[in-house]
Amino acid sequence: MSAVEPEIDPPLALLAELTHRCPLGCPYCSNPLALERSSGELDAATWGRVMQEAGELGVLQVHFSGGEPLARRDLAEIVAQATTAGLYGNLITSGIGLDPVRMAALKQAGLEHVQLSIQDADAAAGDAVAHRASAQIEKRRAAGIVHEAGLPLTVNAVVHRQNLGRLEEIIALAVELGAERLEVAHVQYYGWALRNRAALLPSREQLDVATATVEAARARLAGRLVIDYVVPDYYAHRPKACMGGWGRRFLNVTPSGRVLPCHAAETLPGLRFPTVAEASLSEIWYRSPAFAHFRGTGWMPEPCQSCNRREMDWGGCRCQAFVLTGDAARTDPACALSPDHGLMANARETAGQEPPEFIYRGYAAAIPAET
Amino acid sequence: MEGGTVLRFPPYVKFRFDEKRQAWIVLAPERLLLPDEQAVEILKLVDGERSVDAVIDALAAQFDAPRAEIAGDVQAMLQDLIDKKVLQR
Repeated sequence: MSAVEPEIDPPLALLAELTHRCPLGCPYCSNPLALERSSGELDAATWGRVMQEAGELGVLQVHFSGGEPLARRDLAEIVAQATTAGLYGNLITSGIGLDPVRMAALKQAGLEHVQLSIQDADAAAGDAVAHRASAQIEKRRAAGIVHEAGLPLTVNAVVHRQNLGRLEEIIALAVELGAERLEVAHVQYYGWALRNRAALLPSREQLDVATATVEAARARLAGRLVIDYVVPDYYAHRPKACMGGWGRRFLNVTPSGRVLPCHAAETLPGLRFPTVAEASLSEIWYRSPAFAHFRGTGWMPEPCQSCNRREMDWGGCRCQAFVLTGDAARTDPACALSPDHGLMANARETAGQEPPEFIYRGYAAAIPAET
Repeated sequence: MEGGTVLRFPPYVKFRFDEKRQAWIVLAPERLLLPDEQAVEILKLVDGERSVDAVIDALAAQFDAPRAEIAGDVQAMLQDLIDKKVLQR
């Protein structure tokens, strides 16, 4: 380990996972396989304290996420407390459960923006991925409600081998729904998505067509629709700067109040993440050993340690290193310089085979956390 | 971009000074911009009333810079922010 302590800036954003309850069962859900039950969820008053501590710590934006945050009847109360704390609030939602009354209450509480997920442009295919018969209709209705309320809308479309053939239609649907922004996000393979990787990972050809489609749409729709594009690690040459680096920009609070550097970090062995009941966000951010563990460059092995990109990608993703190699402290296998890069090629081979059935996200298929 | 175009921040974009960081920031949907000093001076002049020409005039006077030299850079920056929906007409 380096003797030089990294200088720690305050975090920019907080991902507040208010609940793991969700009416959908998307097989690429970013939630952990060990889903939290409602009985373990923080109450609104505690979330209010978390928001206040976040504001004092220097957090600028809060993303209300889940599960489905609308599953909490006290959502507007939590949003209001974030607004009071000076945070810019963003609701990340499936749209299920949104009605004009709740939308008005959320706007009144100071919510600035809504991100609505869609699973596909084709209603039947979308409903199949969402594992809910009426999902697409409910999402269309939700987009209209957001629009009526005058809040800006981002459509988030997670793309994979089974819907990439309809990317043009997905982009057209985002325009039709009145979105300001569209996120075209290739699946990131952790948790549920990793379990379903063989059913989701696209081929190289699909990826290349998708990238060209996004670039053409960006040019065509400039000034109308902003398109953000998240590319899949499995075809990358260099890793992503996951979360902008461990403990550098983001905080995640789980439904039960555990504070993490990213939403998947709880899966890493040997690290103990404190809860909001045990310490303030500030104490955790600046002093928790778990946040210090992979912060900066001191922890890095070769080839990262001597790499001139070590402060650009920060060694990639710790959770990906762990799930693929069994060691969270190795270079992210997404990097072509990693000795484990061949693991990505092995996974890519499944993209040419018949996709297996989805394992849907939900409590029935959840794997209990080890305690 | 027409010189007479008047730009404003949409209601959901916040341009404000952050006491904690002692820096100007732009908060937008799932975007956070940390504008450099020059960009901050330009954005301070975007008020929903001044035209783009008036913004350039004000900057030229403020920094004693030749108007023709800065006009292109200012317009390019503003156009980029319009494309990102951080500013609107």
